[in-house]
Amino acid sequence: MEWLNAIVQGTLLGGLYALFAAGLSLIFGVMRLVNIAHGDLIVLAAYLGLTVTTATGMHPLVALVIVVPAMALIGYALQRGLLNQTLGDDILPPLLVTFGLSVIIQNGLLEAYSADPQDLDAGALETASLAVGGLTFGILPLLTFAIAIAVIWGLQWTFYHTALGRAFRAVSDNQDIAQLMGLNRRHIFGLAMALALGVTAIAGILLGIRTSFDPAIGGARLIFGFEAVIIGGLGNLWGTLAGGVILGVAQTIGAKIDPGWQLLAGHIAFLVILAVRPNGLFPRVSG
Amino acid sequence: MNLQDYSVSRSSKAARIAAILTAFALLVLIAAPWWAGRADMRLMGELFLYLSLATLWNLMAGYAGLVSVGQQAYVGFGGYMLFALTMFGGLPPVAAIAVAGVLGALISIPVAVLIFRLRGAYFAIGTWVIAEVFRLGFAQVSALGGGSGSSLPVAIVRSLASGRAMREALSYWLALGAAILMVTAVYLFLRSRQGLALTAIRDNELAAGSLGIDIWRTKFIVYVVTSAFTAMIGALIFLQKLRISPDAAFNVNDWTAFVIFIVVIGGIGTIEGPIIGTLVFFALRETLADLGTIYLIVLGVVAIVVMLKAPKGIWGLIRSRYDLQLFPLGYRVKHTAKSKET
Repeated sequence: MEWLNAIVQGTLLGGLYALFAAGLSLIFGVMRLVNIAHGDLIVLAAYLGLTVTTATGMHPLVALVIVVPAMALIGYALQRGLLNQTLGDDILPPLLVTFGLSVIIQNGLLEAYSADPQDLDAGALETASLAVGGLTFGILPLLTFAIAIAVIWGLQWTFYHTALGRAFRAVSDNQDIAQLMGLNRRHIFGLAMALALGVTAIAGILLGIRTSFDPAIGGARLIFGFEAVIIGGLGNLWGTLAGGVILGVAQTIGAKIDPGWQLLAGHIAFLVILAVRPNGLFPRVSG
Repeated sequence: MNLQDYSVSRSSKAARIAAILTAFALLVLIAAPWWAGRADMRLMGELFLYLSLATLWNLMAGYAGLVSVGQQAYVGFGGYMLFALTMFGGLPPVAAIAVAGVLGALISIPVAVLIFRLRGAYFAIGTWVIAEVFRLGFAQVSALGGGSGSSLPVAIVRSLASGRAMREALSYWLALGAAILMVTAVYLFLRSRQGLALTAIRDNELAAGSLGIDIWRTKFIVYVVTSAFTAMIGALIFLQKLRISPDAAFNVNDWTAFVIFIVVIGGIGTIEGPIIGTLVFFALRETLADLGTIYLIVLGVVAIVVMLKAPKGIWGLIRSRYDLQLFPLGYRVKHTAKSKET
């Protein structure tokens, strides 16, 4: 029963990792950009949530109403103002510019909020749980997992059933022809980044409710998201959810064996899958 | 116009002057223990080790196209090997540094086989995962102090040299020697046949492959050699620090972020770039370090601006203006003096 419990908790944790990964996957799918600052943007969203909740006394989940549009706006501005200039055949500029951005965000947060760990106070939601047949489900992890499914379903729907999604797929397939067809790719990329950072905002708030956070934890969140993307297979959003679940389960089982093994077990699961299935479990696009 | 009036040469007047000046500067630097203070020598030693790391990262990212953000894996590995080999293997520190290099090469082989499956930017994050695995792994080794780390025993430090002044001088010379070795080795490697293959891959991977260059193998060799040297530099770094912990040994900011900024600001894909970048980095650090986090923000902004506005860095700007090459890699055609008369 203890092991079953570990697997269930790991699965629910996987929902959070899938949310870390969804933005990363979306940006890569649309413009082949890998954003090294992604983890720091998640932490930035958590801090924005902290500022909003302390200033207005809102519940963190209600604060999403402000943080999601704010992050989307930041995303659009970031893409139009900075990241669009780095796109091209050479992978070095986007990599190094987002790496520089990561250092700037991290130290900016350190300057603004200090290195003290912070926490978003969600009241009773943090401890509420549901007992079903000997297993205990935390309401927050359940809610996180449900949100992850809803977000991925929403992204899928946007991709395949809306004009915006059609534009995303068009610029992803061939930027030049999409441009000839009257799409402004700079604007489309801006919208993609806005959408990705909107998802990141949700991930950041849920992270902040679940655990304490400080400015230095962004790198590890990037790695978790990245591992979920690679395990699931590039370009497959449902695969990313599966990847997040596998990573979460590996971590909780590792922690069950020895608390020091939690993160290591997740990384090892990732490396094993990379060795056995280099394209991930459910690949869709190559690249 | 006669073909005999032209000659092809690799060297240039600027390169020869630079070589003479460099030789002179090296003599002054080797003599530093007799003219520099203790603090200055420490700072210069650190500078040489950063120059070595930057030169190695530049070879990997600038020439082999292997953009790694996980070289701290090998810095930390080398540092831990120095501690393990001297404390449990009974090796003298200098021998331990060499062995750390060999072990670094050995461990980098399976790592390369695994992460070479990742392309481009995903390769970069994959290297970071490896560094995390190393960090978490060494944190589990209780003999080396686990998560809190350990200090190098006094007896081992004493075995390096008897007096404190001599130890500091030796540690400085090792750092200087490492920097000279790295820059020279990379320079000679790039002038060799393998180096030419590497440059070809950098310029056009498809064309290089169709000319019969084994791309995977060339990159693999560069990765393994770079990792070995990085592990040796890591051992040297922690021989200077005398204390190691997982968080310090596998620190992404110290051993990768700063190194990347040095190379980008100085000029990626050039031998001169890391040298200039290191000087600029230390100048910035010494003047702005009191500002703490602001200094790091400034560094990030400078790196982004350089990447966007001058992707070839400071040396690229200088070279586009004056056509200089202090470490001549290419060949140039010259009009010989005789033909001027005709």
